[in-house]
Amino acid sequence: MALTLQGVTKVSGAETHIHPTDLTLERGGMTVLLGPTLAGKTSLMRLMAGLDRPDAGRILFDGRDVTRLRVQDRNVAMVYQQFINYPAATVYDNIASPLRIKGLASGEIDRRVRQAAGLVRLDEVQLRKRPLELSGGQQQRCALARALVKEATLVLLDEPLANLDYKLREELRAELPRIFADSGAIFVYATTEPHEALLLGGNTACLHEGRVTQIGPTPEVYRAPVDATTARVFSDPPMNFAPVRKSGQSLDFGTGAFPAGPLSSAPDGRYMAGFRPNHLHITRPETDAMAFNAHVAVTEITGSESFVHVDWRPPGGEPARWVALAHGVHEPPLGTEMRVFVEPRHLYLFAESGALAAAAPYATAA
Amino acid sequence: MKIGNFLVVTLYILFLMLPIYWLLNMSFKPNSEILGGITFFPRNFTVQNYVTIFTDPSWYMGYVNSILYVAMNTVISLAVALPAAYAFSRYSFLGDKHLFFWLLTNRMAPPAVFALPFFQLYSSVGLFDTHIAVALAHCLFNVPLAVWILEGFMRGVPKEIDETAYIDGYSWPRFFVKIFMPLIASGIGVAAFFCFMFSWVELLLSRTLTTVDAKPIAATMTRTVSASGLDWGLLAAAGVLTIIPGALVVFFVRNYIAKGFALGRV
Repeated sequence: MALTLQGVTKVSGAETHIHPTDLTLERGGMTVLLGPTLAGKTSLMRLMAGLDRPDAGRILFDGRDVTRLRVQDRNVAMVYQQFINYPAATVYDNIASPLRIKGLASGEIDRRVRQAAGLVRLDEVQLRKRPLELSGGQQQRCALARALVKEATLVLLDEPLANLDYKLREELRAELPRIFADSGAIFVYATTEPHEALLLGGNTACLHEGRVTQIGPTPEVYRAPVDATTARVFSDPPMNFAPVRKSGQSLDFGTGAFPAGPLSSAPDGRYMAGFRPNHLHITRPETDAMAFNAHVAVTEITGSESFVHVDWRPPGGEPARWVALAHGVHEPPLGTEMRVFVEPRHLYLFAESGALAAAAPYATAA
Repeated sequence: MKIGNFLVVTLYILFLMLPIYWLLNMSFKPNSEILGGITFFPRNFTVQNYVTIFTDPSWYMGYVNSILYVAMNTVISLAVALPAAYAFSRYSFLGDKHLFFWLLTNRMAPPAVFALPFFQLYSSVGLFDTHIAVALAHCLFNVPLAVWILEGFMRGVPKEIDETAYIDGYSWPRFFVKIFMPLIASGIGVAAFFCFMFSWVELLLSRTLTTVDAKPIAATMTRTVSASGLDWGLLAAAGVLTIIPGALVVFFVRNYIAKGFALGRV
């Protein structure tokens, strides 16, 4: 019971929107498509829905080839980033519309509309209004209810919360897994935000420039990205990188060599070292931490946390912009030199091809 | 300042309304009073002019003919323009932009250019002096206009609504009638108004293509010279009655008309 994509490709003019993709999505689970804007999330969803035809490859549903099947004949539901409802019809009629098309009895329609409306918390008064008379959050609830009521086997949610304000987004995100928990459908949820993927759980497929770079259980993909691209996509703020030469027991960053510690067993050679913002410290955490001299570029303060952006320049190399996540309010003067610290046990080593070569034991802890 | 504005506006409106008032004024006068000198109100008030129009078939059939071919033209124009505008707003195909612009260039030639080919063509296929002939001839100008107006309104509807309907299981025709047309109802109203307006005021083609059976009111009016000379009062009454349908239609689409003049692109 699954949706399978075999070598699915989408080309538009000279641009390849989706490179040949193989993907299997199991029923009863949530799959998060994670990637930056233009990574191909929407293109992939449109192919899954049947709104677009792939230029090559096959799409199988429970083993049945549905590549050429019209969208009307597939049992799918989709919710867009924009709040898409039928403006001329009431909320009730909006939710009822897929059932009316199926030709269900009016009693059955009424029962299912009210059930779906209850799940997304739309009350009797709101059901009688038109979608544009509701708030943004309620409009999206209406769209979600229409996707729910159909009991589709494939439900596609294309950044459904992106246009909502912060509070509503949090509220609806917390409800989403509950809303869709019992339906047993295949859920696909597209988002640009790594923390949204982690909050939703399930599986995550990382997309970058029309390619699925990695798919697996969300925490696993986060802890053990297969390559630097996945690590960059699945980290917000993005992962910090620094070129390094590993030889024997030492890591040489050009500005100084440090004991390799837990990475001693990795083969010698040139690597790209990666470490997450929460592992870049602005105060010395312990004695064996590696210290770098960098210049403060920007600071963003959220209150409980501060993101300190620093520029670090290896001798003879391109300067790298790093972000350090610090607790509390920190406001170092811009342009000043500042020492930042990383512990070797938090490092990922990526080969020059981008593939993950080695990960220190605590890098994967978070 | 405020009084100055008020004065300018009032004078302007008076200036615009004067010919209409004069027409109305004349229509309630007998010919003797019209020709006898200037009177600002009908001294010998009469409705005889209107009675004549509503009782004489050669008069009232003019209105019937006009309304018939205008209605036919509006229906045909919209029926053709709706799917065409949908295609232009939703799909890209080879030469779509050129075709779209070419449509509008049809409006750039004066109707007189087409009077001769239409006259000869319709005569040879037996369509001469029929309502459908005038309705079809006016389509040449109204279909492109309706396509442009409707396309503008349709472009304002997100494509995702179409897709949501397909996902819900709507077939295209059902989606178009049940979901899409209500969304662009004001656009359809405006397009219908513009078709009506052009067809109602157009004289040259409708006069060239008709003689008796489908003769429009405007042609009746311009040909009414009796043995006793021009019947001023009767013509004035006919003029008043000709203004009324246009005024009625404008009233219904008054809120959207600016958007219509901008071809739906506001």
